[in-house]
Amino acid sequence: MYDTLIIGAGMSGLAAGIRLAYYDKSVCILEKHYSIGGLNSFYHLRGRDYDVGLHAVTNYVPPGTRRGPLARLLKQLRFRWDDFALAPQVGSRIAFPDVQLDFNNDIDLLRSEVAVNFPEERDNFERFLARLIGYDELDHQDFDVSTRQVLADVFTDPLLMEMLLCPVMMYGSARENDLEFGLFCILFRSIFLEGLGRPLAGVRLILRHLVRRFRSLGGELRLRSGVKQICADDGHAVGVVLDNGEEVSGRQILSSAGRVETMRLCGKPPTSVSAPAGKLSLVETVSTLNTPPDQIGCDRTMVFYNDSKQFSWACPSTLCDEHRGVICSPNNFRYDRAVPEGEGVIRVSTLANYDRWQGMSDEEYGLEKIRWYDRLVESAVRFVPDFRSQVIDTDMFTPKTIRRFTCHENGAVYGAPDKQPDGCTHLSNLFLCGADTGLVGIVGAINSGITMANRYCLNPGQK
Amino acid sequence: MNAAEIRTEILDILENIAPDEDLTDLKDEVAFREQLELDSMDFLDIVMELRKRHRVQIPEEDYEQLASMGSTVKYLEPILGAESA
Repeated sequence: MYDTLIIGAGMSGLAAGIRLAYYDKSVCILEKHYSIGGLNSFYHLRGRDYDVGLHAVTNYVPPGTRRGPLARLLKQLRFRWDDFALAPQVGSRIAFPDVQLDFNNDIDLLRSEVAVNFPEERDNFERFLARLIGYDELDHQDFDVSTRQVLADVFTDPLLMEMLLCPVMMYGSARENDLEFGLFCILFRSIFLEGLGRPLAGVRLILRHLVRRFRSLGGELRLRSGVKQICADDGHAVGVVLDNGEEVSGRQILSSAGRVETMRLCGKPPTSVSAPAGKLSLVETVSTLNTPPDQIGCDRTMVFYNDSKQFSWACPSTLCDEHRGVICSPNNFRYDRAVPEGEGVIRVSTLANYDRWQGMSDEEYGLEKIRWYDRLVESAVRFVPDFRSQVIDTDMFTPKTIRRFTCHENGAVYGAPDKQPDGCTHLSNLFLCGADTGLVGIVGAINSGITMANRYCLNPGQK
Repeated sequence: MNAAEIRTEILDILENIAPDEDLTDLKDEVAFREQLELDSMDFLDIVMELRKRHRVQIPEEDYEQLASMGSTVKYLEPILGAESA
């Protein structure tokens, strides 16, 4: 009988596991896949390493910074800043047809870009920044207010409003069209007031640290151990049954599988859950180039592009959304070590329609991937220099891939739009962690695991 | 453990929890929160570390006694003083 069973070896599950193992709880993490990481994972293909999910780690702050979500998680997990080896971004861009706003880890660049491109909004932007800086996460005041409404109250130029919404929603909005202002504040701060960074070795460095720490503290990690069922007795979880029929018992269960997915494991059908699963999923084209991207003028870390004056954020009716997306090059960070010159990678991610990808025959699926690789890259090169003649290898994943490897309903990457911040369920000792409890991204997920483990599983005050 | 040893142990715990903090001029009579960048999760860790290292269980209603170094040492003296060295 374990003290705690954790479903899912993604960022939130591993972080929760570390907290529990550190304080001498017996913990077993059960992961369905043969690899760790979940929505933020990695793979190896034809001799190269790739990241899934991680484009950049947000909440980047310089070493020695004691406040903020990154500092918090490093402290809580007993890591040093150097352990994650985060290199800051070179610089990114919000690209609409007629206007570009560049930004980097210093907010002053975005300030001056707004002043140059939207001179009449300069003072409004200052006031807006002050409001974002002053937003108190713990207070939750104004959390549920519509961000579009706030933007309309603060600004006069609709284009600026759309350009500010674009990267924030692309980073972390599970909700279509609009998002809660409280969430906007948290996400905006993560990207613009803090910043973006990446370890040279990618997400696997972070995951390797998390797993090693977890195991060294006595935590048990079982891969290829998917959970088929959560067993309960009188409102109380007693354990799980694995896909192979094995029973594992635990005093508490923490699930990062997602709310709807977890309820399904409890035998509760999705229709019984009042808040639906998230439905926003992605495709991503991965292009390996025979040159570092900046040698051909692709020098931005990330480009958030939108091909009209209006930014819309909704599940597309087509297989992929050709009109907006994120172009990311993992090469464009200020790494300490000289990277051996030679190759580069450019990734283009867009929203995608899970149902349509899922519903195809294998043959159609293969053909559509090829077709949409071409279409999305063609769409992207309106916003970055055309890199197509430099491409030496390609890969592509779809919502179906995401669903297959993470089991998240609809291949959803942002969690459900209606979050469950307390992580509670109908069972007294079953709790949720991960995207459905609030925040997304690596830092958000790790902090979610830490918070839930602290709150529900450590029980320091109890005798 | 005597008071001095307890104080040293608390400093050790604080170093573990908040390695970036400068503890050299820590004032015993001033609340930790006013001198250090500690949030509620860090306070939880002080309690958890005491439990892990010394098997001390501190009930939630006593947490406020851990507000400063002085009050923490005073609170722990009867509990840890009973431990063999």
